[in-house]
Formats: sequence, structure tokens, C-alpha cells
Amino acid sequence: MRALMMLSAAAVVGGLLILIVVITVQGAGALSWAMVTQLPSGGYYLGKEGGLLNAIVGSLLLAGGATLLAGVLALPVALYLQRDYGGDTRRANLVRMSLDLLWGVPSIVYGAFGFTIMLYLGMRASLLGGILALTLVVLPIMARAMDEVFRLVSVSLKEASWALGATRWETMRSVVLRQALPGLLTAVLLAFGRAIGDAASVLFTAGYTDNLPQSLLDPVASLPLAVFFQLGTPFPEVQQRAYAAAFILLVLVLLVSVGGRLLASRMSRFSADR
Amino acid sequence: MSSSSAPPDMQPPQMRDGASAGPPIDADRPTGGRLRLVMDRLVTGAVSAVSVAVALLTVSLVVALLVRSLPVLGLQSLAEMITGTVWHPLQGKFGFWPFIVGTLWVTVLAMLLATPACILTAIYLAEYAATGLRAVVRPMIDVLAGIPSVVYGLFGVLVIVPLVRDRLAPAAAEHLSGVPLLAPGKVSTGYCVLAAAVVLALMVTPVIISVAEEVLRGVSPGVREASLSLGATRWETVKHVSFRIAMPGLIAAVVLGFARAFGETMAVLMVAGNVAQLPGSLFDPAYPLPALIANNYGEMMSIPLYDSALMLGALILLVVVLIFNLLAELVLIWARRRSSQ
Repeated sequence: MRALMMLSAAAVVGGLLILIVVITVQGAGALSWAMVTQLPSGGYYLGKEGGLLNAIVGSLLLAGGATLLAGVLALPVALYLQRDYGGDTRRANLVRMSLDLLWGVPSIVYGAFGFTIMLYLGMRASLLGGILALTLVVLPIMARAMDEVFRLVSVSLKEASWALGATRWETMRSVVLRQALPGLLTAVLLAFGRAIGDAASVLFTAGYTDNLPQSLLDPVASLPLAVFFQLGTPFPEVQQRAYAAAFILLVLVLLVSVGGRLLASRMSRFSADR
Repeated sequence: MSSSSAPPDMQPPQMRDGASAGPPIDADRPTGGRLRLVMDRLVTGAVSAVSVAVALLTVSLVVALLVRSLPVLGLQSLAEMITGTVWHPLQGKFGFWPFIVGTLWVTVLAMLLATPACILTAIYLAEYAATGLRAVVRPMIDVLAGIPSVVYGLFGVLVIVPLVRDRLAPAAAEHLSGVPLLAPGKVSTGYCVLAAAVVLALMVTPVIISVAEEVLRGVSPGVREASLSLGATRWETVKHVSFRIAMPGLIAAVVLGFARAFGETMAVLMVAGNVAQLPGSLFDPAYPLPALIANNYGEMMSIPLYDSALMLGALILLVVVLIFNLLAELVLIWARRRSSQ
């Protein structure tokens, strides 16, 4: 039985490592300096020169905007779930359950929802639309992660602050938030990693373009869609670029994710009482 | 402190500041005045308002998609569309059955592949693995959970599809002909139910392992040690004690993975083949519901009712996923009640 377990653990971890190796080998082989520094020029999708700068910048803008917006919304929600505010009331439990449900909603549904709202408002596919749809995708992820982080802050620390006459908000602001900062940063980075890799929600809402966006209302390209569209062309040179785009995406996601974890462990050393 | 006799301009500025913010004045109102309490109230109100708004998002998702799918629902009954097998938007025929069946095939097969391996891996990590190994593998799995689905899809196109096309399908044609579901219908392109299921299975493993391992580690050490001290082997302890206590959590982990696989779009879209038919074998292409929605967003505004039908597709997807997540939630709540008794 133990052998069977080790076998399946090896199979799972091995399979996932093979995935990383394959993408890295294929992608790094197709990668060139021009890919990351140039916009697609005429005939790019037939195999002529150009690069993916539009998708890289687009993805960073989309994910950055969505992370920022989701952070602004997730922070109060996570605070509300603490014992100081909502705690264990029926309303807080309802919020908690909604977050769990929202966490499981497929991103294509958020894309369709975003699209519906944009039709209603008369908006075209744009950076703003993409950011809004992505915000919905990462909001539950971030709120749950932040909730976990706040929960780790020790009660005695809060009680000490209350005993000095600080109000709930002052305690939250000066004690809890400060104590939870490394964890919150990790949550933000996790959400950023999720946002940058999500394709289904931006498909409807952000569009795709060869240009850099000049305003929030311009359509914008993204890396996952660059992978998808270029893989769909019949030209091997263009398909190679899809591998390169996937590799760039993978590197970005792994950097953010590993960086977030390292940052958290580095900073948690400085905050005592853990 | 500050003397009123001295002309104001002769006093150094720091001293005047110190005087106005000094203790004697603040001592008159030790709580810092009403402002702090008002601020506290304001924040409490804002925090709870935002939370309720976010909670209402679930409802608004359903309502918005429902409103958009009303035009097509007014034309055909829901039951008729779900069981209809003809998908021909130009003729106004929207039969969802092939897509629903395609989604179920791919998802169920993926879960059959992933669940045993995931549970075994989680047991190994939680109960057997050395602390050092666990400390390496655990964060690695969390990192892998964040890999974008297009990357999984590309891996499917590069590795799994050729593998199925060149190895598995010919082998199945040779040895399994006549076996229902397993024998390839015609020459397989590799873009099929099996390829999509393998990619999905790989994709949900980090999610399931992560939750399942956490649940297993939540089993109290006291119970486990009691079993071991009675002379049970490790495996007996796992089977009769840990597993039994952790069961609801493990079920929830699998259901979460299922919901994730069910709604996954890009990876499936890239490898499932996308032919609107009822798959007759694992080597036939399928056209899952999320792929249908993603593939047709471009033309859906040009054909009447097409967008409405696709939004109905999204609504079906949403409702199914919500039901599954609710079930998982209820199982967990029930388990918590049971264990606290």
C-alpha cells in the first residue's frame, strides 16, 4: 500500500514537473529578444517579425488593475469576517458561504456576466471591461486568503490594544493590519498570479489588439489569449511563438508565486508573536 | 506650560506645537472625542456594506444571465433545449444535449483518473512522508495549482494529443475493438475525450491534494496515536481511523475538484476536438459546454437568439457548479456538527 502511495505521489509530482520541463524547453527554444520588446508588425501572424509586447503589457495592466481593485474590495470583506465585526453572525456566515460559492464559479461565467453588464452599459471590449471581469475572478480568492491571514493575528495583541482604549478600527489599522502585512502581500501576489493566467474571463471582455492601449476604454491583448490564438494558426513559426508566450506566462506566474512565498517567510521573521 | 505674557513670535515653533498637543489638554478628553467613535462606526458600516454587496454578487450573476437568456427561453422550453440534440443556430435550433454530455464525459473521466491518485498522494504526504520531503512537496503543489490553464492546454497539445493519436488509439484499435466506449470509432486525431480528461486530471490534482492533505492533517493526533498504541499498523490506522474521520472533508475536496474541472474552459477547448456530437468512445471528440461558449463569442451577436442561447449555456454551467459547491459546503457543515457532538 505504501508503495502504491509513493507511486501515485511520484506520478502526480512527476507529471506536473514534466509539464514544466516541456513548456520550458519548447518555449525557451522559441524565445528571442524581439519577442519581448517589439509589438507585432504587419504579417506577424503569417510568421514575419515582431513580438509579443502588446500581450505582455496588456496582461500586466489587466492583472495589475484587477489585483488593485480586488484588493480594495477584499480587504473590507476579510475584515468583516473577523470576530471584531461580523464574526459568527448569520450575516457573516452568509458572506462566507457566498465567497466559497463565488470561488467555485468558472471564469467563463464571469466573462459572460461581464459581457452582459458591458452590453447593458454600451461598453466595447476594453481594458476596463477586462479588469472588471478579472476582479470578479480574483476577489473570492483574495478575500479568503486575507481572512486566513487576519485569523492568525493573536487575540492577546488585539486585547492589549483595546485595553489601551483604542477603538476597533484603530486596533485594526495600527495593530492587526501591520501584523498581517506580510500575509496580505502574499495574498495579493497569489491573486496577481491567478489573474495574469486567466483567459476565459478576458476573452469576452478585453478583446485582443496588436497595439498598446492608450486609455482604459481601448481593447487590450493578453498572454493567455496570445497562446491560444497563435496556436490556432496553421503556421509552424507562429505556433512556435505560442510556446514562447506560454513560457513567458509560466515564468511570470512562477516568479510571482515563489516570490510571494519567499517574501512571506522572510517578513514573518520580523513580526514576532507568530 | 506656554506663558501668555511672552509675545507669540518670540517663542520657538516647536515649543508652541508641544504645548498645544501636550498632555494637559488631551487629558480633558481621554477617549479623544466623538470623532474617533464616529470613525469607528463609519468603518464598521462600510466594511459590512461592502461584504453584503459582495455576497449579493452570487445572486446578481444568476439574475443577469437569466435575464439575458429569457428571449430564447420564451421560444423553447428549458427541458426541450437541454434534451435537444440538434445545434443549428441559423435555424434557431439550440439543443444543449451533446454539450452537456461532452462536459460530463470529460469531467467524470478526469475525476476517475485524478481522485485515486490524489487521495493516495494526500495520505502519503499527511501520514507517511518525512517532514523534510513534505516541506518540499507541499509548497510545490501549491505553486503548481497556480499554473494557468492555457499552459496545461498547450502541454496537452504538445504531449498528450500526440500520445493518444500515435500510441493509445492504435493500441486500443488493435486490442479493444468491439469493446463499447473503449474502441476508437474511426481514426482518432488525438483531440478527444481521453486527451481532455488527462489534461483536466493533471490540472485538478494540485487543488484536490492541497485540500485533502489539509483535511487529513486535521485529524487529531490523539486519535491516531490511540489506534497505533493498540497495535494497529499505520495503514490500518489510516483505513479505519484517519480516513473515516476525514471522509466528509475528502468528499468535499473531490467535489471542489469536480466543480473546477466542470467549468474549466481554455485547457479543454484546446484539446477536446470540439465537434458537436454525442461521443461514442473515449477516442471521439467532444464539445464541452464552456468550450462552446468561448468558441462562439465572436459571431454570437450576428445571429438572432444566438447570444441568448450561449448565455443560457453559461447559466446552466453556473447553476450546476453552484449546486455542487453547495453540496460540498453542506457536507462540510454536517461533518463539523457531527464531530463537535
